[in-house]
Amino acid sequence: MAPDGQGTYLDGLIAGLGWTLATALLAWALALVLGIVVGITLTTSRRWLRRFAGAYVELFRNIPLLVQMFLWYFVLPELVPADIGHWLKSLSNAPFVTAVVALGFYASASVAVQIAAAIGAVSLGQRHAALSLGLTIPQAYRHVLLPVAFRIAIPSLSNDFTSTIKNSSVALTIGLMELTARARAMQEFTFYVFEPYAVATLGYVGVNLIVVNLMRALERRVAIPGFISSRKD
Amino acid sequence: MPYILGLLVLCATIASGGVYAEELTGTLKKLKETKVLTIGAPDANVPFAYLDDKEEHIGYSIDLCHKIAEALRIKLGLDKLDIHTRSVTSATRIPLIQNGSIDIDCDSATNTLKRQEQVSFAPTDFIATARLVAKKSSNINGLSDLKGKRVVSTNGSANLEQIISLNREQNLGMTIMTAKDHAEGFLMVATDRAAAFAMDDILVAALIANSKNPSEYAITTESMSIYPSGFILRKNDTAFKKAVDEALSAIYTSGEINAIYAKWFTSPIPPKGINLNFPMTEQLKKAFAHPTDSGNPDDYR
Repeated sequence: MAPDGQGTYLDGLIAGLGWTLATALLAWALALVLGIVVGITLTTSRRWLRRFAGAYVELFRNIPLLVQMFLWYFVLPELVPADIGHWLKSLSNAPFVTAVVALGFYASASVAVQIAAAIGAVSLGQRHAALSLGLTIPQAYRHVLLPVAFRIAIPSLSNDFTSTIKNSSVALTIGLMELTARARAMQEFTFYVFEPYAVATLGYVGVNLIVVNLMRALERRVAIPGFISSRKD
Repeated sequence: MPYILGLLVLCATIASGGVYAEELTGTLKKLKETKVLTIGAPDANVPFAYLDDKEEHIGYSIDLCHKIAEALRIKLGLDKLDIHTRSVTSATRIPLIQNGSIDIDCDSATNTLKRQEQVSFAPTDFIATARLVAKKSSNINGLSDLKGKRVVSTNGSANLEQIISLNREQNLGMTIMTAKDHAEGFLMVATDRAAAFAMDDILVAALIANSKNPSEYAITTESMSIYPSGFILRKNDTAFKKAVDEALSAIYTSGEINAIYAKWFTSPIPPKGINLNFPMTEQLKKAFAHPTDSGNPDDYR
């Protein structure tokens, strides 16, 4: 099995898996940073800040990812000043960069909601106790609320993480040659349909199983004995 | 013991082959019984097969498929043979052919030897030439003008494969980008994301004709290679393929094809009444005079 390009089809699929991982991991890092900031903002006492964060969440979670990718890739460069637009278009890895940004923002909306919910799940008494000890609000978040909230959020965040890996396949619409795009190319060249997708499926399942298990290990590792999601195993 | 079994199977095969030699098999048998021919057609491949304003499939390939159906009806001695059209995409057409959901894929798929391992092709009905499309303002007349520039082609197309190898062989230092479909490849040129789009001339001609500003684009004259194309049929159904081959060959050699070709390639076509102005090439005239289903481009020169 050797196509006209470089190496075998399997090499192509492996390279595709590499792009899938790179895209998903960077996008996930971006989603965590943005999501945590926006999630915390959602729980602040300032109303206009909460409004702003709420609008952010609704914006990014209510537009289909496919459309968002398309907007970032084709529409954004036309909206910014011509010079910047030209620079954006001439980025040598434009599909990759765009995919990371689009996927990161998309996933961050969900992360923000999980984080906000987790902060809300920490009992109000803790917040009051922290404040009455004389901690400032940022200190209360930093030392009391967030450490517990992050632990509560781990299971639902691992769900988002696997979604991000699967959603990276949408980047094929802007020309990123990730795993699904490679499988598609292979199908078009050879008319073998099931084989490339079977391999791609194994790739996604394999990666996601690793992620799920790592997140479980992390959850167990950081668990506070006798406190929240204490696992019996 | 095993060899006796093998012998039995062999005898049975010979016997059944002898007895049923005159009977219809495969797709032809199904057509005779159901009186329905199911064709697969894409929704937006101008002018081969696309949807008109009444949401019906029309096009060069669709016309040819209707002719084939008529020939099959006569061959099978049926009073009627209904045609059911099913929308397919490049991702679904092969599984649908293989599992029997459609009998012919009425598109115009590039015929390659690699693809023939999976499916059969009807006699070539079109020969596309690989060319480049670029904005006139960028002054691109050939591959050599694209050194160090960004070039896009469609994922999974032979054109993409070719541009990648040309880039490597001739050391052009181009950045090769992939688009998910032809429309997006063209959009990349329209929005200056890529300097040129490497694609079949006919597809590009249709895209330009339907663009906002057709005079803005130019197709290079340099031919990078040719791609014969035809309908996709199920593999190993020789009786059905033979019937389709005969039907198409009759249309080709009788000259009936000239009118059908002219209707779609050199006359105004729906929905906008655009004329693609795409006269028949010498290669295609040759392929019509001597119908062939070869997947080797060298056989068409």
